[in-house]
Amino acid sequence: MDYSLVCEQVLNGLQFGVMLFLMASGLTLVFGIMDLINLAHGSLFMIGAYLCAMAFQKTGSFLIGLLVALPGAAIVGIVVEVIALRKLYARDHLDQVLATFGLILFFNELTKIIWGPRALFLDVPRSLSGTVNIIPGAPYPAFRLAIIVVGAAVAIFLYLIITRTRLGMLIRASATNREIVGALGINVKLLYTLVFGLGALLAGLAGAMAGPLLSVEVGMGESVLILTFVVIVIGGIGSIRGALLGAVLVGVIDTLGRAFLPAFLKLFLDPATADGVGASTASMMIYIFMAVILTWKPKGLLPAHG
Amino acid sequence: MKQSILLLTAVVFLTASTAAAEPVKIGMITTLSGGGSGLGIDVRDGFQLAIDQENGKLGGYPVELIVQDDARKPDKAKQISDRLIKKDNVSIMTGIIWSNLALTVVPKAVDEGIFYISPNAGPSLLAGKGCHENYFNAAWQNDNLHEAMGQYVNDQGYKKVFLLAPNYPAGKDSLSGFKRFYKGEPVAEVYTKLGQNDYAAEIAEIRSAKPDAVFFFLPGGMGISFIKQYNQAGLKGEIPLFGPGFSFDQGILGAVGEAALGIKNSSQWNKDIDNPANKRFVDEFKKTYDRLPSLYASQGYDTARLIASAIKAVGGDMSKKDAFRKALREADFISVRGAFKFGPNHHPVQDIYIREVVSEDGVLTNKIVTKVFTSHSDAYVGECEMK
Repeated sequence: MDYSLVCEQVLNGLQFGVMLFLMASGLTLVFGIMDLINLAHGSLFMIGAYLCAMAFQKTGSFLIGLLVALPGAAIVGIVVEVIALRKLYARDHLDQVLATFGLILFFNELTKIIWGPRALFLDVPRSLSGTVNIIPGAPYPAFRLAIIVVGAAVAIFLYLIITRTRLGMLIRASATNREIVGALGINVKLLYTLVFGLGALLAGLAGAMAGPLLSVEVGMGESVLILTFVVIVIGGIGSIRGALLGAVLVGVIDTLGRAFLPAFLKLFLDPATADGVGASTASMMIYIFMAVILTWKPKGLLPAHG
Repeated sequence: MKQSILLLTAVVFLTASTAAAEPVKIGMITTLSGGGSGLGIDVRDGFQLAIDQENGKLGGYPVELIVQDDARKPDKAKQISDRLIKKDNVSIMTGIIWSNLALTVVPKAVDEGIFYISPNAGPSLLAGKGCHENYFNAAWQNDNLHEAMGQYVNDQGYKKVFLLAPNYPAGKDSLSGFKRFYKGEPVAEVYTKLGQNDYAAEIAEIRSAKPDAVFFFLPGGMGISFIKQYNQAGLKGEIPLFGPGFSFDQGILGAVGEAALGIKNSSQWNKDIDNPANKRFVDEFKKTYDRLPSLYASQGYDTARLIASAIKAVGGDMSKKDAFRKALREADFISVRGAFKFGPNHHPVQDIYIREVVSEDGVLTNKIVTKVFTSHSDAYVGECEMK
């Protein structure tokens, strides 16, 4: 096992974690502050990717794709909040799960009607299409480094909004006690719409950034969504810091598990069994990790109102 | 009001009984929504094209095609199948894309006397121990395209191949199919999670294992993600990729982009196979649907043409089951892939080609490079004891 491979896999894990953080930050805001379980968060991810791919095909510019995807996803999110989700805040979580699951089906079919059943093409921008020799002997795709940078920027941006602005103060206050904030004359309805729009924008950003790596297709949000829920549960629901920590941990554990578990098992088992068992165990690792964390800290690693 | 309904009913009954022949009912269960719907849509469109070419008939007799969406869910496919058999009284079924769905639906349907002709899924069970006189596969046995790739990679002199497939039955079948004809030693066999879409860890492993070639089977969106990421990591120029035609099919190439250019893949069909049937199929498919036909479309079309040949043989009378079965076995139709006949287990004996992804007028597509197998059967035919 050589050193540069381990470094590269850790970097891969970090990058995967940052990707998850982009999704998880929006979801944890909505879940933690508005107490709304939004399964359709993955659909907003998909919409971000599709809008970016569409603009990319028209103009050939990834940057314009981003400029279309971010506000596009935010607007779709706000419209959905006003039309459908606003009525669900007072209902219990099961109703919310059912309604937002319905939204997933709705958005999947709508996407298929608008863009067709075939996957769309979205490529990395020319300036980031090369590789960087960040680790000797293992050229790393520049675009993946860009994802790490964007994720770090989003983390700082959210931290500043939540701790340093009036909006952030209101968000924190209404997460603690919605009624009192309303009684103090704050338009909580509008505040929630804004928070949801921000969450949608972050999901759209994640989708647009993931688009050049993945296949932009109907249903692409669902597989990411499950991992995202794992992330926010591990990190502590409603906590941005928790989402960041949870995402990086999940990313690194998942990647290292996939990369090294089969090789590790080959020390004890015959190669064919080790490959099979290793692959199955590696895909369970993060769930085992989640179970361990929850027995140790039932509210997650960094709970929002700790 | 009541009178008019009565009258209408009478008219309906009258026309039904006086019609020269009742249409042959064909039930199609396929994936039209959610992930993987592109495949089902292509099979349906290819099949429908054959019906449209005969103005609503197959083999000269009217047919009624009932298309239902299984959304890639086995339980849903099962429900549809029960409804098609009990309520709609279909005599022929087709359309299923995925092997796990085929295994839930097919054995029961053929036991109830329905003819099932598969346009895609070809699980080993149905080719071997679970073969049935009413089950036919017009596409391939699942292992076929992987076997062809194994042979080709072996012929090209590669000795250290890295193997990659999802951790599910068809993934394991694909690697065993490949190894059946590849004589070298695999450097590594890596199984990934089904539906995984980030392959950074596996790509780093490939780079560090230094193989002389990579064989992968990652159907649908998984393959799109993998090829793009492999290219982004700068490996495409260094270590050649090989895979079955599914990841390089017409419906997918547009989404992979130039990252797919030059990659060799295996397939039993391509649009440049030179025969009049194929030429007509490709031209009219393009004209009707305004896109190039895919492998799946060709399989849907061939399935319909095969059914047409058998309907013609029994004169549209589906009560002649033995004659219908015999006609299917003879496969007296001109396949768009060229030579085609059935083996004793009702699976194709056919030629398999290696194609290369090329760019034609800015559109990515495939051209045939060489033929690997001539009249190739499958590995399970010996296990089949047809009743």
